[in-house]
Order: sequence, then C-alpha cells, then structure tokens
Amino acid sequence: MTETNGKSLISLENLKVHFNLGGGGILDKLTGGSPVPRVVKAVDGVTFDIKAGETLGLVGESGCGKSTLGKALLRLTPITSGKVFYNGKDLANSSEKEMREQRKHLQMIFQDPYASLNPRMTVGNIIGEPIRTFGLSDGGSVERKVQDLMETVGMSRRFIKRYPHEFSGGQRQRIGIARALAVDPEFIVADEPISALDVSIQAQIMNLMEDLQTQKNLTYLFISHDLRAIRHVADRVAVMYLGKIVELAGAKDIYAEPLMPYTKALISAVPVPDPEIESKRERIILTGDVPSPINPPTGCRFHTRCPFAIEDCKRIEPELVEIKPKHYAACIRISPENPYIEENV
Amino acid sequence: MNRLTYIGIAIAAVFILTAIFAPFIATHDVAAQDLFLRYASPSAEHFFGTDALGRDIFSRVVYGARISLQVGIIVVTVSAVIGIFIGSIAGFYGGFVDKFLSGYVFNVFLAFPGLLLAIALVAFLGAGLGKLILALCVIGWVGYARVMRGQVLKIREYDFVQAAKALGASNMRQLFTHILPNAIQPLIVQASLGMAGAVLSEASLSFLGLGIPPPAPSWGTMIEEARGIDILYNSPHVLFFPGIAIALTVLSFNFIGDGLREYLDPKQRKR
Repeated sequence: MTETNGKSLISLENLKVHFNLGGGGILDKLTGGSPVPRVVKAVDGVTFDIKAGETLGLVGESGCGKSTLGKALLRLTPITSGKVFYNGKDLANSSEKEMREQRKHLQMIFQDPYASLNPRMTVGNIIGEPIRTFGLSDGGSVERKVQDLMETVGMSRRFIKRYPHEFSGGQRQRIGIARALAVDPEFIVADEPISALDVSIQAQIMNLMEDLQTQKNLTYLFISHDLRAIRHVADRVAVMYLGKIVELAGAKDIYAEPLMPYTKALISAVPVPDPEIESKRERIILTGDVPSPINPPTGCRFHTRCPFAIEDCKRIEPELVEIKPKHYAACIRISPENPYIEENV
Repeated sequence: MNRLTYIGIAIAAVFILTAIFAPFIATHDVAAQDLFLRYASPSAEHFFGTDALGRDIFSRVVYGARISLQVGIIVVTVSAVIGIFIGSIAGFYGGFVDKFLSGYVFNVFLAFPGLLLAIALVAFLGAGLGKLILALCVIGWVGYARVMRGQVLKIREYDFVQAAKALGASNMRQLFTHILPNAIQPLIVQASLGMAGAVLSEASLSFLGLGIPPPAPSWGTMIEEARGIDILYNSPHVLFFPGIAIALTVLSFNFIGDGLREYLDPKQRKR
C-alpha cells in the first residue's frame, strides 16, 4: 500500500442493490410467470472503505456486480439498502438535490468510449456541459476552461468543435476523462476504463490516470476484469464474486499470496510471459460458469465451483475476516490461526 | 435513397405546390354551379369534367389538396408533439408512471380501431374541419407515444445519459439535450407515414359524410357525391380524379416514409 493517511473518503456499509424482475404476484400465477418473486442480487451486502488518495481495484468475472457497485456508489442505480458515506455524509439517503451538489466531487469514467459521449454534441459542449450546469467557469469563459482540460488529458485544443465520431477510442476516452475532471472531483469511479481499448492505448490511458491522480490528488475506484491492469494501478484490491466481496488486501499481498480459493484461481489464470515458468506452474482451473445471481447458491456462493469445498460450505455463509494484517478473506476453511487450506478431508 | 423515394418527393412536391398556389392554378370557382353542364366529360374548358352540380372538378381537386395537406400536416404535427411528450415521460420516468401510461392509456387507445373511434368522436362533436382534425389527433398521438417510449427507454440507459446524470444534469436536461435528439429518427419515419394515414382518414371520414361538410371541396366528399352505379357507368371521371389524387398523395408519403426509414437506418439499406 502506498502512503495513505488512513482517512476513509468513501465507506460502504452493507450496500445492497437488488433488481426486481417481477413474479410472485397473483397475476403471475395466472399468466404463467414465475410463482416466486425473482430478484437479481447484483450487489448483496458489500462493506469496505476507500482511503483518500488511494486506488482501490475491484476485480471479478463478468456479471459479478462490479459495474453495478460502481454505479450505485454514485447513485446512478437505485440503492436497495445500506449506506454509502462520502466524507461522513450518507449518500444513499440523500435527497436528489443534495446528491446533485455532491456530484461535483464524485465522478465516473465509463467503459465504452463509443457509448459514453453524446454523438450529437461537439467535444466542447460535452466537456463544457458540467461547467455550465454547475457554473464553474470562475468568471473566465467556458471555452477557455474546456481547452485547458483538453490539454490536461493530452488532446489538442483545436479539436473543440469536432464531434465524437471523428476520434479514435483512446481519444474518446480522453474526452471522457476530461469531462469527469471538469467539475474538479475528489473521487472517480473508473468503470473498466481501458477494457474497450487496444493494449498500447490501455497503457497510455492508465498512465494518464496515474498522472492525474498525483496532480489533482484523486481517489479512484478502478473496476476491471484485467488482473494485470489492476496490479499496475491499484494500491489495494477487492475481489468480487456474485455480489459479494470475497477478498480484500493490498495489491502486493493479494498477488503474492491469495488466500481465498476464488482469488487463487483468478490469479493463477493470468498467464506468465515466460514460457518456461508458464509450462511448469500449477494452475487452478475453474469449471462451469458463474451461477445466476437470481438464485445464488446457499452458503458460500463459490462452493459450486470451489475445488476445496466441503459440506459446511453449502450451509455457512462466510464473513469477510482479517486473516492476516490488512488482508481480509471470506472463506470458512481459513482463519487467522490457520490461513491456508489443507488438502481435502 | 432509392428511386421510389425521389418519385415520392416529386409527387408530394407537386401536391404541396398545388395547395399553395391553388388560386392561380384553379380555372373556375370551386362553388360555381352550372346546372346545364352536369356530368360533362373532360374537355379544354373543364380539364377533369364537371360533377352533379356542374362544378369544375379540376378546380375542386386543386383546392382539395389544400384541405388534405392541411389536415395531414396539422394532425401529424399535433399528434407527434403530444405523442413525443407523453411517450418521453413514460419511457424516462418508468415505474408506476410507465405502467399507467403504456399499460393502460396506450392500450386503451390502441384497442379501438382508429377509424371507428374517429367516427364516434365526429358523431359526438359534429362535423367540421377543426373537429375532424381533433378526432384524428385523438387517435393519432398514441402511435408516436409508443415509438417514443421505446426509444427513450433504450437511450436513457446509454452511458452518455448516465454520464450527464453523474455530472448533475437535471431530468429535463437529460431528456431534452441528450435523449430526444438521439431518439427522434424513427419518429420522422412515423410522421411521414402518418401523413399518408391522416390524408386517407380525412378522405374516409368525408366519404362517410362525417368529415368536411359540402360544399367544401374535400376529395373524400367528392367521391361520396359520385356514389351510384349510373354515375360510375356514365361519368367515371367524377370519381376517378379525386380518387387518383388521394391515391397519389398517400403513395407519395408512403414512399417518402419508406425511403427515410432506409436512409436513417443504414443497417436496413439494401445493396
């Protein structure tokens, strides 16, 4: 972990985001719908802190609820229950009006640079929109501020009158970053900001984000399924599986010594760029797909795919416990006294 | 755009120009009767012949373009504006509002056969141009609303709308600056097809005697006046010219609508 003073900027407390798919009503029985209510538990009780100035990486497979968590944090998706504290203020229970004020401090960078820019607005209007809506031009002209922002993200100010379709994916992502920076935020949710880009561009965007973090003292929640990218940018890493955090630790620790079997499997899936090591190293191959979040497995949600699962895993829902200092994992087979799983009994 | 679209545009342009310059094109007073010249065949004096009261059919068809296009434009504009507004509200706010609007209101309007509802309304309100337009708007708006709701439902989930929300844009700003401009395309197609529908409905209602009362030269009324087997046999021109005017107008707007649909949706463009 890098030097953070330990002050939490964002704290989540038992955050839940459930989507009701209907079913269970009288009409559903008559019309052949589901007889029981169907609820997608996209985020199901997540608790963690993000410290000021750090980058928290959030990893997990597709559909595990990463993006939903990021959006719920900014209230772009309705929160079912739980709390989201920003600087001690509970956003989950703020009114729309209060929330709008807070949006100046909390921003988002989106995954798909082709979908995240309004195709009918010029770059100048896209980046300038938040400056206008919040009246942030500080007396100077909006255009001037937009041009400064464009230079900050490494774009020529000449492009201000152009439309998004005239740019490449990487440039569009820079526009998206400039737009997020326009309000001078403290915290940015980066929802898979590089996964739609070419590898060479990925590095540029990651470096840009790191530079901006130092310059502007930003805090990131960096969502990705790319473990190598996360390793590169994150100070701490949270691993998510089916709506729950299953392991949370410093980036170095989690890569060097993953504790929870799912994390182990994820990390062993990253290829090593040395053919000799690659051919010899042991891998944990997970079989099957992520179970449906509509009816998640009982007990530990990972037990259906876990090579170390025992009978108890089907019943007991593991809590996130501090197994080693600042290294949390949710697995009933490990404990602070006994942090490694022995062979199957 | 294919050839049919251009043909459609050309025909529509002719009708629009005819409507605008009707007083210069018409050769006779539309109401002037000449009872000695009933059912006269087309001639140099009366290009399209005359009707039962000896009125000049050419001039009546020319002035009829005014009524038809007036009805078409007003009905399409008013119903599109109402439909876009209500459809946006349903799609954007979702939840209970959407359930009420699209689940009940839209379906109730769609459950009635359009023309029957219009007939009932006209019977209730009475005949006249304004009331006819009102009746056609009442049945027309729901089509636009339904398309608009679907569009808004789709586009409000796009990242750029989420981004605008994250940047503190108000609901109205999200709707009007971000969603509407990106949602409007299918509505343009809908409107050009709706134009054809409105012209046809006006003619149908007038034919049934529920539209514009005589002696106004509505194409539908003119056909209505030409009913009767002996007229059909002896002087088909009385029926033919207003009929062909309706057919051409409707066809032209349908061609334009189809062409626009292809043009605006490149995925459907034929090779």
